[in-house]
Amino acid sequence: MHALWRLAAVGAAAICGIVSAAGIEDGEKRSGFDFMTPETQALQADEMSNPGMLWVLQGEQLWQQAEGRADVACAGCHDDASQTMRGVAARYPAFDAATGRPIDLAGRINSCRAERQQAEPLAPESDALLALTAYVAHQSRGMPITPGTDARLAPFRDNGRRLFQSRIGQLQLSCASCHDDNWGKRLGGSVIPQAHPTGYPLYRLEWQTVGSLQRRLRNCMIGVRAEPFAFGAPELVDLELHLTERASGLLVETPAVRP
Amino acid sequence: MARALVNVPKTARQGEVVEIKAMIAHPMETGYRIGPNGSNIPRDIIRRFACTYNGEEVFSADLHPAVSANPFIAFTLVATTSGTIDFTWTDDAGKIQTASAMITVN
Ligand code: HEC
Ligand code: HEC
Repeated sequence: MHALWRLAAVGAAAICGIVSAAGIEDGEKRSGFDFMTPETQALQADEMSNPGMLWVLQGEQLWQQAEGRADVACAGCHDDASQTMRGVAARYPAFDAATGRPIDLAGRINSCRAERQQAEPLAPESDALLALTAYVAHQSRGMPITPGTDARLAPFRDNGRRLFQSRIGQLQLSCASCHDDNWGKRLGGSVIPQAHPTGYPLYRLEWQTVGSLQRRLRNCMIGVRAEPFAFGAPELVDLELHLTERASGLLVETPAVRP
Repeated sequence: MARALVNVPKTARQGEVVEIKAMIAHPMETGYRIGPNGSNIPRDIIRRFACTYNGEEVFSADLHPAVSANPFIAFTLVATTSGTIDFTWTDDAGKIQTASAMITVN
């Protein structure tokens, strides 16, 4: 992995002399799915062979399980997820009045766990949190991403855009250097996708497990040898917010599979 | 709580060859990787997968450290009689996880 990124870095430094100008034209917007081999696409498309479904299944079980001092299950308040959670993931991150900030889907689930169930919050990237998030997001599979319209989100979304366009790390590359200016080209063995957050949490073959969008973003930061933001950092949520706006109209794929 | 997905056709004709798919969540830790503290991450793999059809073993496989995490196994069976198809995965520690499905043959 490290060797691949090192090799990639040389290539990237060479192609990214150009400063990013515009984003991606609407007609050119494509999910990471479109850049995958037919074999990996087939793995995602077949619910019986998509390993991400193992987490969805676990999430379905956890949804029914009473937890915390309130001794109540998610289902106790939200009932049938296929009704109550349909479309929710498609409009997250959303504004959270309690903290006065945007919150992503995993953050919202953990806040329900802490506030409503009165249980210990789940650790970032724990199987249980990924499973619940995958289960909730799966209820929106096939629905278009519709970024939240709450006006209070605007400054955070702007900050996300700024972060996306800022050069970082020893390689001095921005997210846009790769994902706006050079998508479709190859970096080492991988095709550079447009960075649309359509399938999270998703099963990444390289990880051999399901991971969150934040894990993916941290990977990209480490790739350019920058200090990644910590899991749950507000900057990551702002970036997620910007990515959701860029991906507006693409369909939710959770649980996707990626190389 | 077993995290396994099995796919068995609900119905089949007598004598029909049917495809069975089984996948389980498991890290399949090889024992060759080094952890953050510099010592080997202990091996933890599924060693054996078996499938029985009305109690009789009809398919089995020995798994080894090179098999990927969350192993997916597909194979075919001849549908003979209605009944239960049971799946078992046995790991290094001898822990057994199970799943099962019904098939109606007519
Ligand atoms: C005691 C009742 C209760 C329990 C238990 C509970 N929630 Fe909630 N949940 C709520 C309420 C009320 C809201 C909406 C108000 C808010 O924003 O907090 C909500 C909001 C949500 C939302 C956002 C919905 C939207 O439209 O934006 C999600 C997702 C969610 N809960 C998931 C979960 C999950 C997963 C669990 C189990 C781990 C859970 N909840 C447990 C009461 C509960
Ligand atoms: C040096 C080029 C490069 C830079 C800079 C970069 N990425 Fe990536 N990114 C990639 C590649 C290549 C992939 C495909 C996965 C892989 O094989 O590593 C990817 C994948 C992604 C994905 C997953 C898309 C999907 O389909 O699931 C997202 C989201 C993403 N990047 C966001 C970002 C963000 C945000 C930044 C800035 C913090 C960033 N990337 C910086 C190269 C880059």
